Amino acid sequence: MSTTTERVLTRPAPAGHTPARRKPNWSLVTRVALLLLAAVLTLGPVMWTLSTSLRSPSESFKLPPSFIPWNPDFTSYAEVFQKLDIVILVLNSALVTGVIAVGQMVTAAMAGYAFANLKFRGRGFLFSIVLATMMVPVQVTIVPVFMLIRGMGLSDTLLALILPAIPTAFGTFLMRQYFLGLPADLAEAAAIDGASPWRTFRSVYAPLAVPGMAIVGILAFNFHWNEFFRPLIMTISEQNFTLPLGLVSLQGNLGTGSISVVLAGVVLSMIPALVVFIFGQRALQDGLTAGSSK
Amino acid sequence: MSTTTRHREGQKHTAKQAAPGAAPAQSGWHSQRLLAWIFLAPTILGMGLFTLVPIVASVVLAFFRWDIISAPSFVGFDNFATVVQDPTVRVSFLNTIVFVLVAVSLQLGLALALAIMVQEKLPSWLRTFFRSAFFFPLILSAASVSIFMRYLFNEQFGVVNWFLSLAGIPAVPWLTTPGGSAAVVIMVYVWQNFGFSFLLFIGGLASIPTETYEAASLDGATGWRKHVYVTLPLLSPTTLLASVMAIISALQVFDQPYVLTRGGPGDSTRTAVMVIFESAFQRLEFGQASAIGVLLMLIIMAITAAQFRLSKRFVFYQ
Repeated sequence: MSTTTERVLTRPAPAGHTPARRKPNWSLVTRVALLLLAAVLTLGPVMWTLSTSLRSPSESFKLPPSFIPWNPDFTSYAEVFQKLDIVILVLNSALVTGVIAVGQMVTAAMAGYAFANLKFRGRGFLFSIVLATMMVPVQVTIVPVFMLIRGMGLSDTLLALILPAIPTAFGTFLMRQYFLGLPADLAEAAAIDGASPWRTFRSVYAPLAVPGMAIVGILAFNFHWNEFFRPLIMTISEQNFTLPLGLVSLQGNLGTGSISVVLAGVVLSMIPALVVFIFGQRALQDGLTAGSSK
Repeated sequence: MSTTTRHREGQKHTAKQAAPGAAPAQSGWHSQRLLAWIFLAPTILGMGLFTLVPIVASVVLAFFRWDIISAPSFVGFDNFATVVQDPTVRVSFLNTIVFVLVAVSLQLGLALALAIMVQEKLPSWLRTFFRSAFFFPLILSAASVSIFMRYLFNEQFGVVNWFLSLAGIPAVPWLTTPGGSAAVVIMVYVWQNFGFSFLLFIGGLASIPTETYEAASLDGATGWRKHVYVTLPLLSPTTLLASVMAIISALQVFDQPYVLTRGGPGDSTRTAVMVIFESAFQRLEFGQASAIGVLLMLIIMAITAAQFRLSKRFVFYQ
């Protein structure tokens, strides 16, 4: 990004074609105004959510709406803890998301390394199968997966959410790309020093792959922390619900009673996502758009 | 973005050189092969068990009647016949197609316009701010987003109608009329997802060499003509990718209509995936659910294939 910025900004004006820069640049002003409007429309609903969650429950419906919490009132947050087993929901979500993220990081790094750096028969064929599974939406296979989970005696457990989510086609693809980007001389040097393939991976490539694994982990965290469809199908009892499911059921139970309580729950559920956003924004963006260059 | 693009292109180059020669000669082909299979085992076994077998099982199941309780019985194409004649299924597929057309065009149009506006001569801190702002909704859960959007679009106390009332527009019954519900589902979905296409377009724009624009402006192209004759053709590979990804993800829409409207009023916001969910897990008609799933998969495959076919004609590669 930064390189483009500089490139665009320092681009010399074409000779003999210098536009008058001193005049107010109306097209630039309009452009920034439109962009600001889009940003307000994008962030406004979230600001309103935060602000309304900090109103007292009785004031949560009041119009005009507030977008800045001038007098924060935390009673709704206290009420969330009473109305909802939010501690259990957070623990369930954290456990499911954490195990999936770590599981994906490890298995994707291993499979990606095998596809990138190891020679074996059927490598191209297997890799194309892995890529093909990326195209299949989870909804198409959900019925057999549900039955499989039932058959394994895992229905209504957190393992039902964890196990099917660990093998990751996208993560494998990402890690393969990552390993292909590392210099091949490293493997040769390690071989000359007499290192076995395992040793080469363990001591040379795995440490270098940590940033790539972090991208896989962050993407997995973001996706599964927010996942709704599979938990809705796989879990039945409330002590196995994850956060999005718990919030939707809380909303259903409260009806239109006091929206600030529901919104307080929504805000609480956003905090981990927000932390990941602040620290992993770059990695998330790169990860999501990975493979999109021609 | 351009740095990552270049980095990745670099990777591809090394890939071609590295892949065959990467194997260190002495350490032995056998131990390499063994390690490869050990490393692949979790991924391949997991995918086989949780993706490949279920795909086959879905197709097989589509030909059986099964409610989990009694034994499955083979019914041939009955499930497909039932499903195709079911008005709810028909409406939901139609809804899904309309949703995909409208939501995806809005999402791509908005993303492209904003990407062009952000990319052109803007201080880099502003550019970073806009990029983060437009990306932000992607990190939220669609379920939570739908929860607060439901309140924003409430007819009596919703913020949206309050703003409209300032402009003298009477309260819109957003979530209680078929048209209003469909509009809300589309708006909420686009609100959350345009940032992804936006990022793809930013990446695509960064890879267009500035010299191209200089040449175009020397030839007298200015303003929007520059974008019509330079940006759009050079961006067509990105547009193809962005549209394929946006269409595939819009075809699977579930969380937003489920939380916002439960598919109603009537069947007005019921989507294909919602009918799979309902027929399997509410009516226990697993065979019919699989038949709907197979139809959806066929549609996804057909659309993807058609897009790549079309792209050969309309996509311009540098």
